[in-house]
Amino acid sequence: MTGLNLAANRLPRRWTNRLRTYLFVGPALVVLAVFLVWPTVNTIRLSFLDDDGEAFVGFDNYLFALTDSQMLTAFRNNVIWLAVGTVATVSLGLAIATLVDRLGKRAEAISKSVIFLPMAISFVGASVVWSFVYAFRPEGREQIGLLNAIWTSLGNAPQFWLSNSPWNTLFLIVIFVWLQTGFTMVVLNAALKGVPSELTEAARIDGAGEWQVFFRIVVPTIMSTILVVTTTIIIGILKVFDIIWVTTNGEFGTEVIASQMLRQAFRLFNSGKGAAVAVVLLLAVAPLLVVNLRRFHEEEAQK
Amino acid sequence: MTLGASTRPLRKQLASGMPAARFAVKAVVLLVAITWLIPTTGLLISSFRTRTQILESGWWQALTHAFDFRQWTLGNYQQVLGSEGMGNAFVNSLVVAIPSTVIPVAVAMLAGYGFAWMEFKGRRVLFSIMVGLMVVPAQMALIPLLRLFVGLDLNGTFFAVWLAHTGFGLPLAIYLFRNYIGSLPRSLIESAAVDGASHLTTFVRLVLPLSVPIIASFAIFQFLWVWNDLLVALVFLGGTQDVAVLTLRLSELVGSRGEDWHLLTAGAFITMTLPLAVFFSLQRYFVRGLIAGSVKG
Repeated sequence: MTGLNLAANRLPRRWTNRLRTYLFVGPALVVLAVFLVWPTVNTIRLSFLDDDGEAFVGFDNYLFALTDSQMLTAFRNNVIWLAVGTVATVSLGLAIATLVDRLGKRAEAISKSVIFLPMAISFVGASVVWSFVYAFRPEGREQIGLLNAIWTSLGNAPQFWLSNSPWNTLFLIVIFVWLQTGFTMVVLNAALKGVPSELTEAARIDGAGEWQVFFRIVVPTIMSTILVVTTTIIIGILKVFDIIWVTTNGEFGTEVIASQMLRQAFRLFNSGKGAAVAVVLLLAVAPLLVVNLRRFHEEEAQK
Repeated sequence: MTLGASTRPLRKQLASGMPAARFAVKAVVLLVAITWLIPTTGLLISSFRTRTQILESGWWQALTHAFDFRQWTLGNYQQVLGSEGMGNAFVNSLVVAIPSTVIPVAVAMLAGYGFAWMEFKGRRVLFSIMVGLMVVPAQMALIPLLRLFVGLDLNGTFFAVWLAHTGFGLPLAIYLFRNYIGSLPRSLIESAAVDGASHLTTFVRLVLPLSVPIIASFAIFQFLWVWNDLLVALVFLGGTQDVAVLTLRLSELVGSRGEDWHLLTAGAFITMTLPLAVFFSLQRYFVRGLIAGSVKG
């Protein structure tokens, strides 16, 4: 009897507790389930259906995603983007972070602001900014694009910079680097300030040169931050489509996986192929997803 | 994490010993900073030049007679804001970005509190899923979402875009808020409970006011993210002129008037005005917000 009584007493309390939890966490879980989780799972389902989302076609869409000539170009470009874009953004950010750390306080703050400024600009806006820098006009006419103006003043013929695959991808990567170096620079600069000066001073007193101090002491000390920044940039690069969309609209062999996904799904209305390309993109991100989760669990364990 | 430099005079003195080396560092940084500014400067200058001027000479040539005010014009802005629809798009961008920031903040603050201070089944697993979802590309959700919105007759409406942005922004928001609220001293939350405050009272009276800094950081990040977004706008607002946001309108302008640099430069600068204003007025929160948001990738 007493047991029953206890249970009866407890029940309402447990229920109000549960209700309270639902009140706080419920709205978020519903929104996430409907607008993020369900669509994500559904995309996987669609990737095995035909382009109308009706008949089952097995791995046909994946065969397309992995062998179509446009997709192969996209893969090649993504490799270039990842290799050049990541290295350039991280190393340039680190270099600038190190240099501005040696300036006076005011000069440091101002130069950091200037480099961080493009972070405020959209990829679309930045693409217009740089399309103008790359503007091309036939020989004999006034060059209004800065790059061609410099190039022709050195005695060369004007170039249509964005037409020549695969080099044109490098010109597009410049836009990304210009936008994102501010981010790597600010984060790495903060990490640099955390390097104990006893370490670097001791090395200098032992006769180490500035390069040695940098590569043997500073870089290893801030390695974990460098890795975090690098994964962030890699994920960012894999998602870039706007730069391609605005500057070349995917022509001249500049397509990447993310822009191919949009083209297949929303320009050509091939939902099956688009879904398969989206899954390919997810698979490319997956290793970093695992890294992020592992990092999260480590942080949690330390709490 | 602010842009201000920490003061460590000793190290600075030692590190920049030789005057020649110090000068070299200054010169290199100056060069980089100028390089970084040039593209936007060219855009800004060109946006005030007439069509013929832009096509006849480079923008840098206008600087040789910068104070000849007859060459500058506001006509490009007039045309772009009016007949090219950027004025309307500016309003649309606000209509999209404000609710797309407020809704996730509200929903995620509740959830952040729940995840931080309430015990319930599956809390850990659900939160791990949240961390994973932060990195999943939005592309994964677009096709079914579009079908859903078309089915509900919501496609091409602001409402659909608010919902989509809320969904895409929530994992990051919950992650940031939960970590922040969870780092508040346990004794503080518990003393409130001892005083008989319900979770809701504790949340409204105590947690919400204390969380203003993280809310500001996330809100700025989310607002700029939405303002600068092309992906969601393209998929759910594409096609209809009257609901187009700035990024969408600008990208269409590139397609239709690719050689009309007088319009493109003015149009591009209009899209930048608000983010730049945020940057200059709230620089500290701006930097914090963007760094915090970088987890989203």
